[in-house]
Amino acid sequence: MSVPTGTVALFATCINDMMFPDTPKAVLRLLERLGCTVDFPLQQTCCGQMFTNTGYFKQAMPSVRNFVDTFGPYEWVVGPSGSCIGSVRDQHPMLAKRLGDPGLQREVDAIVAKTLDLSEFLVDVLEVTDVGAYFPHTVTYHSTCHSLRVTKVGDRPYKLLRAVKGLTLIELNDSDQCCGFGGTFSVKNPDTSVAMGTDKMRNVLDTGAEYLVAGDNSCLLHVGGLLSRNEAGVKTIHLAEILASTEADLVPAGSATTQAGGVR
Amino acid sequence: MSPDRTKTVQDTAVTHERRTPAPPPVTLIGMPKFPKNAKKELANAQLRSNLRHATTTIRNKRVKVVNELPHWEDLRLAGEAIKNRTLRHLDDYLLQLEASLTANGAIVHWANDAAEANQIVIDITRSKGADEVVKVKSMATQEIDLNEALEEAGIAAWETDLAELIVQLGHDRPSHILVPAIHRNRSEVREIFLEEMARYGTPPPDGLTDDPAMLAGAARVHLRDKFMRAKVAVSGANFAIADSGTLVVVESEGNGRMCLTLPETLISIVGIEKTLPTFADLEVFLQLLPRSSTAERMNPYTSMWSGVQAGDGPQEVHVVLVDNGRTKVLADEVGRQALRCIRCSACLNICPVYERVGGHAYGSVYPGPIGAILTPQLRGTASEVDQSLPYASSLCGACFEVCPVRINIPEVLVHLRNKVVEEHHGPSAWSIGMKAGGWVMGKGSRFGTLEKGAELFGAVWPGATVGHIPGTGAWTGARDLKKPPTETFRDWWVKNEKAKRKGDAEQKDA
Repeated sequence: MSVPTGTVALFATCINDMMFPDTPKAVLRLLERLGCTVDFPLQQTCCGQMFTNTGYFKQAMPSVRNFVDTFGPYEWVVGPSGSCIGSVRDQHPMLAKRLGDPGLQREVDAIVAKTLDLSEFLVDVLEVTDVGAYFPHTVTYHSTCHSLRVTKVGDRPYKLLRAVKGLTLIELNDSDQCCGFGGTFSVKNPDTSVAMGTDKMRNVLDTGAEYLVAGDNSCLLHVGGLLSRNEAGVKTIHLAEILASTEADLVPAGSATTQAGGVR
Repeated sequence: MSPDRTKTVQDTAVTHERRTPAPPPVTLIGMPKFPKNAKKELANAQLRSNLRHATTTIRNKRVKVVNELPHWEDLRLAGEAIKNRTLRHLDDYLLQLEASLTANGAIVHWANDAAEANQIVIDITRSKGADEVVKVKSMATQEIDLNEALEEAGIAAWETDLAELIVQLGHDRPSHILVPAIHRNRSEVREIFLEEMARYGTPPPDGLTDDPAMLAGAARVHLRDKFMRAKVAVSGANFAIADSGTLVVVESEGNGRMCLTLPETLISIVGIEKTLPTFADLEVFLQLLPRSSTAERMNPYTSMWSGVQAGDGPQEVHVVLVDNGRTKVLADEVGRQALRCIRCSACLNICPVYERVGGHAYGSVYPGPIGAILTPQLRGTASEVDQSLPYASSLCGACFEVCPVRINIPEVLVHLRNKVVEEHHGPSAWSIGMKAGGWVMGKGSRFGTLEKGAELFGAVWPGATVGHIPGTGAWTGARDLKKPPTETFRDWWVKNEKAKRKGDAEQKDA
């Protein structure tokens, strides 16, 4: 294992900060357990992709500028979301080129090089796949489109999950097909979104797993919302929460996700 | 079946009985937006089942044949590079193409738009004294709605591709670039043949079943008479080679070969972006196209012709080079990559949205992901449906992954969304929300304040999830919404971690 000497900035992402605080808490616990020095810069907000992907490029610019201002000083920027990290790496350069100045472009390029999804940071920087986690449950993994095709985390999440003690991983049919969330797509095209989500739900149920795990809580908000509405009896959980769970924990981290508040 | 099958042709000086089956009318003005069209199609269980079966089969086959080639990614890069080079120097290559074609004895026509292209075909056909044409499947002729223009001019256009024939006889519109009748299953095809075939030529055999071989046999017999009789054929072209003046049609059924060789006169409608610089470039595209489209190593029929050969095949060869909005697309630095498209339809087959709603919801001859980026560029974004097309995607990116010429469809979709926002910027709930949101996300303190509201909501809302609240129907109609927790990560951090860290630091300093 190779622990960086500098401070790792935790980019919680706006949706995790507000809706899924257990996930950034898990990232913090996990990274500190692995010996990292972690900070959560309070100035952080959002990657801006809800604006960018809806076509509101100008409105995404405050997020882009805020991102470089907030995270510029850190050695690494790590977030638990293939989608938000993908947006920073894929869309911030485009926005800076179109609407920014050369200075912003340089800052964006510099920050893109050190912004990683949690699974990349663990496997590529810390060079660890067995993070000492314990999760005695049956799970299935949805690869989420932006983790797969924008951030390109590849098989890192599988490597991490397979090393978790007590965990049984069941292959999800059509794992690489979109769940239908797609950010504002789920609001602008609700019927198609639900049709896609229903198929994802059916594939999840076919596995018989207790948990649907993913590297993106936004997709889980959507599929979880369908599972919950249908009283399907399957919980959703972020990869980080599984990796943070240890045998020392009395309560597995994931059980909090279906409880209001999720106090630990 | 459509009730207007025998309707007369209007909007022309002469009113006459239709000669070919009437397709449903398409009027852009007033056409519903994509989400509304999609909702209607989603409810069609037959369509859903047909599409699920067809797209799953073809995309599984595609993966298999693509994985046979270890250099597939290199081929994609080569395809992209050749097309980019062609587009960069399109003015030069088009003139070279015209010169080569002319030297080979072909007659080249230039058409600025659909009306000009259609008129050229009408004039040539009339000059031959013909009142009908046989057609090779062609997206360009669909795009310019040639069949209806010919019908209005009293010329019958007969589709000879099996699926196009099904669509034509069914008073229908194509719903897929490669498999136009993908929304039909074999029992529906049988029904269409039984009801319509006899009215337009050789009737189906007695005792027609839904056995695919028997259905194909019925189509073959029905078409034979048309092939033998036709004086004029109309085709598109998959590729137009500038250096050799060669047109190429790639097909599976042999109907194309019949049309391209039997009639005396051949008219090919070719979008200007179909140009390839050299004959050698085919090496790349004839590997990319069949594997991406029909998931075959090679398609059964590849026809190439370079002008006129005395005593062999059509003795009068016309080529109509059509712009119809393409130079406008070429002017857009991000959007122009859509002109690399070779119409393979791999993006349709992989698209989770297309798989569920089918092609008709897109309101264009180009459906699916490529349609969502091509149509609003070719037609512009004046109509509601064209404004909604760039949003008809979850941006999952599967289309980009399979595209043989590496068109970054998600990138163009987002670019076109921005165009829609910039060009149609009246105040709406969306624009107000986005502007306010953009401001909030400019500072952590602003977002933190907004989060206080979510915490408050989480504290007062009873239950773990949010069911139905007015104004959120698009989400909560079918999905529960997780209730926000009473404490955000930010607040938890400030309360627990920040103070602790400060203490640690002070202890270290001491």
